[in-house]
Amino acid sequence: MEIDPFIFRLSIFILSIFIGYYVVWSVTPSLHTPLMSVTNAISSVIIVGAIIAALAGDGDKEKIFDIANIYGYLAIILAAINIFGGFLVTQRMLAMYKKKRKEK
Amino acid sequence: MSSNLLAVFYLISGVLFILALRGLSSPETSRRGNFFGIIGMTIAIFVTILSVGNFSTGFIYLLVFLLIGGSIGALIAFKIPMTAMPELVAGFHSLVGLAAVFVAISAFLNPTVFNLGIPGDIKIASLIEMSLGASIGAITFTGSIIAFLKLRGIMSGSPIIFLGQHYLNLVLGITLVSLIFYLCKTQIDTWFWTIILISFLVGVLLIIPIGGADMPVVISMLNSYSGWAAAGIGFTLENTALIITGALVGSSGAILSYIMCKGMNRSFFNVILGGWGATDDKTKSTSKEQKPVKNGNADDAAFLMKNASSVIIVPGYGMAVAQAQHALREMVDSLKKNGVKVTYAIHPVAGRMPGHMNVLLAEANVPYDEVFELEEINNDFANCDVAYVIGANDVTNPVAKTDPQSPIYGMPILDVEKSKSVLFVKRSLSPGYAGIDNDLFYRDNTLMLFADAKKMTEDIIKSL
Repeated sequence: MEIDPFIFRLSIFILSIFIGYYVVWSVTPSLHTPLMSVTNAISSVIIVGAIIAALAGDGDKEKIFDIANIYGYLAIILAAINIFGGFLVTQRMLAMYKKKRKEK
Repeated sequence: MSSNLLAVFYLISGVLFILALRGLSSPETSRRGNFFGIIGMTIAIFVTILSVGNFSTGFIYLLVFLLIGGSIGALIAFKIPMTAMPELVAGFHSLVGLAAVFVAISAFLNPTVFNLGIPGDIKIASLIEMSLGASIGAITFTGSIIAFLKLRGIMSGSPIIFLGQHYLNLVLGITLVSLIFYLCKTQIDTWFWTIILISFLVGVLLIIPIGGADMPVVISMLNSYSGWAAAGIGFTLENTALIITGALVGSSGAILSYIMCKGMNRSFFNVILGGWGATDDKTKSTSKEQKPVKNGNADDAAFLMKNASSVIIVPGYGMAVAQAQHALREMVDSLKKNGVKVTYAIHPVAGRMPGHMNVLLAEANVPYDEVFELEEINNDFANCDVAYVIGANDVTNPVAKTDPQSPIYGMPILDVEKSKSVLFVKRSLSPGYAGIDNDLFYRDNTLMLFADAKKMTEDIIKSL
């Protein structure tokens, strides 16, 4: 009997929850804000769905501005704001975390 | 590109995202972690574009939109002041939510591109997945907007509660489930749109009863939701990177919510149902008796701290509001020149989001190895000469340990009262967000410094 591919995806999902659980518990509390901004950035990987939707029927002049494609383009803008904004603001925050300087 | 190869690349991005979070276990590895995240994202975007293949007009639009969004994002990231980080994160959550809704709509309108069937005959499993993704995404969107408005001060931070609120939410929840059921049965698009509209409404209703001080929980919760929305879409699109990311973000937000709730000794449901706001008025009015307080000025504070051998700084939301972190660091610098040992103590729910205080102190160039969490530093208060409480209140209130009647009873607090003297920088004697009078204000070893946190700290620097 063949296993439904859904089960494989479900397995990945459940195991990832466990990975997330252990990884996030090991995040130091002082970095909880960067944790939130970086999770924001990575959850915008939803952009892959937006790209597929936006480019559907590309090459066919009639189709690229179908309503479904337009939703795709809108999602690309939103996700792109988040990806660039999220990673850059995380980088900016992390650059501020410094150890004690010896000079003083 | 073959779909197997594509799947392998998505798996690689998923693993890089795990490493990105893993890097945050210490500040030294965190920057590399963020870099892994960026690589993972680049791979995911790149292989997706390659997999679609034909590069014509649509591709140009894609690049243009990517560039527009990217520039907006980059601009925000560089301009935003660190004190505005909570509302920025809330705003970003709303974008993830809305993007999830849009992708779900696209998939519903044009299921053929995603191999989900044809319009009017979409696979049942995919329909369930996409309506869940759209619904959670919509809740995240409006919920985050409300959180954003509250954090930004555009909307009042006080809870909005009306009669039958919980019943209304319950009814709407049941309606959502039955609509998804009907959508699967009939494939009529009206149901799909209704699901999204009701979810928008639920998002608003879910967040309005929650008060300003509970924002750390709300933000973490919405973070979690944005993850589950992404996972829902990931199942629809059969995309490993999205499923892994969704699960990571979902559990991350859930853990943060748990830590925040524990920091307040409240159950998650208690926060969601808007517990505190309703009882505040009673406690406020009964505890209005006037007790004597010792009122001090900047010179007294400077004198006390200069002659101390160790000082612990306890920052709270008030410091963020007054933007006092830079002044605070200058004060600490001059104290250190006088040979005073200074450390910082951070309560888990200080501020408006997890880790809020740490970021502000880092911004002011405070080395992170001088900043300690509650459990690490709490025993040190007994040996410390001065505790400098700046903009914090409830997290120091000893009533949490002594009075079982108090709404904050059982909440872990910073043992400020054990230090030889306590300096409270506060604008007035008013109780904190929990609406509870702080016993500490009236103790003999407490000196109240009534002023704006930044101004007082600057005055202390002058007298030092």
